[in-house]
Amino acid sequence: MRNRGIELGVGIFMLAGAIALTVLAINVSGLSLAEQQGSYKIYARFENVGGLTARSKVTMSGVAIGKVSSITIDRKKLMALVEMEINEDVNYLTSDSSASILTAGLLGEKYIGVTTGAADDEILKEGDFIEDTQSSLVLEELIGKFLFNQASE
Amino acid sequence: MDFFDDIIIDIKQLTFSRGDRYICKNIDIRIPRGKVTAIMGPSGTGKTTLLKLIGGQLKPDSGSILLDGDDIPRLSRSELFDVREKMGMLFQSGALFTDMTVFENVAFPLRVHTKLPQDMIRDIVLMKLQAVGLRGAAELMPSELSGGMGRRVALARAIVLDPALVMYDEPFTGQDPIAMGVLVNLIKKLNQALGHTSIIVSHDIKETLSIADYIYIIADADVIAHGTPEELQQNDSEQVRQFMCGLPDGPVPFHFPANDYETQLMGGVDGSGN
Amino acid sequence: MEAVINNLIFLGRIAIDRVSAIGRSGMILMHAIIARPDPLTSFPLLIRQLYSVGVLSMIIIIVSGLFIGMVLALQGYNILVDYGTEQAVGQMVALSLVRELAPVVTALLFAGRAGSALTAEIGLMKATEQLSGMEMIGVDPLRRIIAPRFWAGFISLPILTMIFSAVGIWGGLLVGVEWLGIYEGSFWSNMQNSVDFFDDIGNGLIKSLVFGLVVTWVAVFQGYDSVPTSEGISQATTKTVVYSSLAILGLDFILTALMFGDL
Repeated sequence: MRNRGIELGVGIFMLAGAIALTVLAINVSGLSLAEQQGSYKIYARFENVGGLTARSKVTMSGVAIGKVSSITIDRKKLMALVEMEINEDVNYLTSDSSASILTAGLLGEKYIGVTTGAADDEILKEGDFIEDTQSSLVLEELIGKFLFNQASE
Repeated sequence: MDFFDDIIIDIKQLTFSRGDRYICKNIDIRIPRGKVTAIMGPSGTGKTTLLKLIGGQLKPDSGSILLDGDDIPRLSRSELFDVREKMGMLFQSGALFTDMTVFENVAFPLRVHTKLPQDMIRDIVLMKLQAVGLRGAAELMPSELSGGMGRRVALARAIVLDPALVMYDEPFTGQDPIAMGVLVNLIKKLNQALGHTSIIVSHDIKETLSIADYIYIIADADVIAHGTPEELQQNDSEQVRQFMCGLPDGPVPFHFPANDYETQLMGGVDGSGN
Repeated sequence: MEAVINNLIFLGRIAIDRVSAIGRSGMILMHAIIARPDPLTSFPLLIRQLYSVGVLSMIIIIVSGLFIGMVLALQGYNILVDYGTEQAVGQMVALSLVRELAPVVTALLFAGRAGSALTAEIGLMKATEQLSGMEMIGVDPLRRIIAPRFWAGFISLPILTMIFSAVGIWGGLLVGVEWLGIYEGSFWSNMQNSVDFFDDIGNGLIKSLVFGLVVTWVAVFQGYDSVPTSEGISQATTKTVVYSSLAILGLDFILTALMFGDL
């Protein structure tokens, strides 16, 4: 009957491994199987992306609708070119939407917030650009501006 | 030389070396079928190596080892494993698998090489254990056996497939007189009853002489004498006499090669002969 | 001149020894991996090895995982509370465990607990001629002894790593939420926002697979190649722990650079 004990032990071991992986997947990484859906790519140019990184969230009204997939420099316009993957079911972003780089809390991570414009405009498709963008707030610039205003008054 | 009408192993011009030292050099040995052949010689002359060469565990530098026409050193790995089914080997330490019971140890070769049903395996194993007188110990673990019993179990395992050739590596070393007597008897009886060929590697002269049909004496990487026990006892070569009678000094010197004794003693610590 | 030549000879001998050792270990790995599996006999052997390699390592993994998770939470809290971001403790514990500490610490513990045992066991089998005996019975010891041990190690380590991560995060939760009073909701949500299944947990899993391969390979090879004396076996056991620990830490850097270097 020593064999049964061994088999039982190995069974428990395997089960513990599977449970651990499931817990990690669902509780820790928040993976849900329904999330496995397609996405389309849209682009936006920013003056300054300061602190935004690949894999940052793209949100609309605070709800995640996609993620940043890459950040490069647009050689012609010399601006940051951000590529975003937007979930396929978000098919209502109009071409006059605006994208701004926001900060979660005072010291939190950077993310992109998208706001739609007038309702009956053209819908954004794969490869389109969001023209209306607002760059990341840079603390030094803000302070500079504030001092300049103070001085001119 | 009626012994050599039918030979099972024919070793020709076999050379094997470790580093710069020859273990055997151009050795010719023929083993007659169905007989007990002993390979004797002082310790450290490569007798065990010779068995490993026959078993294909080591590859010689040159020469051939023909076992029923198969040249062992030139067989592929898988052919070698097939040939080994024809061999049984009793290792010096017994080499029992420590994680199995005595029964499972003896059953192991059967389970691996045959597709016999369980109850038949059980019968064969119990018969072999009965032959070595240890049927009652079937459910013990190897660690619970005495040295002599362990070797008998290993013997049962070596013969369980009824091999054509059984090799014994120093079967008598380190055994008490009773266990030794039991083993001598067993080897002899099994050889007669099962009709296999036995090769015994040993330096226990009395026991080996009593069961061997033919003896080879190896020293200095070469066969220095061979013949039946009677012939060897008549042999008047100094080297053979020293070995056969167990004289402490002779052609094989008592002293390991060293610097001059007096110089080393008188030389003090740093002048240790260098 | 003579001395120079002698030194060169010495250097050459070392190089040849090392290269041939790598060659031999490669042969062993190859035989272990391509060994033709025979489901009837291999499976029980694998189960038995999974038990002695995996199940028996569980206690040490669970206990160390728990304490490492708890310590991480405590240390993280002390630093993060200065910035008022103590709810990020969950994120910190989870990321450092899943990406780095779980694969590495589990592999190090595994090398000490199971790797050394494997080496000693195989070395002792060699010393007592069990390997030769098996070969003479016509069974390939590489297939019968080495292969199941190798696979058991390779399978066990990722499982142990997952257990380590999960237990560690639970330990972090105990300290962070139950003791230090972080709000449980933000503990989890911070964690879930920052941990990605494929990039973090997946990469940690890949690391542990690589470590599993290396540790069992080293352990099995050192045992199989050991000098069959008591001194030789103790040296082989030491070598297993030293070589596999160094290999784990070195490979960890390389893998981390490959996986997270461009982020």
